[in-house]
Amino acid sequence: MVNRIIVGAHYGLKDWLAQRVTALVMIAYTLLFLVVWPRPMGYAVWNALFAQGWMRLATFLLVASVLIHAWIGVRNIWMDYVKHTGLRLTLQVATILWLVGCAGWALQILWKA
Amino acid sequence: MPDLTAKRRRPLWFNLSPLSLPVPGLVSIFHRISGLALFLGLIAFLYLLELSLASESGYAQAGELLRHPIAKLLVIASIWALLHHMCAGIRHLFLDIDIGTSLHAARRSAFAVFIVSLAMAASIGVRLW
Repeated sequence: MVNRIIVGAHYGLKDWLAQRVTALVMIAYTLLFLVVWPRPMGYAVWNALFAQGWMRLATFLLVASVLIHAWIGVRNIWMDYVKHTGLRLTLQVATILWLVGCAGWALQILWKA
Repeated sequence: MPDLTAKRRRPLWFNLSPLSLPVPGLVSIFHRISGLALFLGLIAFLYLLELSLASESGYAQAGELLRHPIAKLLVIASIWALLHHMCAGIRHLFLDIDIGTSLHAARRSAFAVFIVSLAMAASIGVRLW
């Protein structure tokens, strides 16, 4: 086993920072979404909104942010409450698969629209 | 003689159940619960997005789905979860830059998180219903 000192090596700092940066991206997207929300709403304007290149790019950044943010948050929940190592590992792997799957599906939806 | 090696055993698991939570603690635990709920609900958001963007009839079908009372309750619950998570997160960002870190201020902002997110969710919920 590697003998590591727990303090002073920035363990967790990257995750801490990533959690905050991705949160800011999601807040920015929410504000953008409220501004560009079509009024009155209908299929044609809804579809046209997501056909725009910048909207696809913004939504892509949202998807990437949700992926990272949810991974850190959900992993922390498993680390805090699930004591059985095998079960925790299984849940963490399931979380990654679920998130990557959702992200892939989201991109498919975006570029199909 | 105390067992000194026991101190180094990690990770540590604390039993927190005898403690009663103050308001900031409640905000924190709801931050976790709402985050996990939103994570599990991702698939529903994506399903509705795909359906609504697929075609004119898909869009109508998504609208029809969302008109069901149970769907409306789930939508309102999701909006509340999102608003609580976002308000609690914004509070966190301010605490990170040392704004509102006194006990009094932190308790007040924790109250504000509950009140603002519940009020916003209620006002959106009433309009959706």
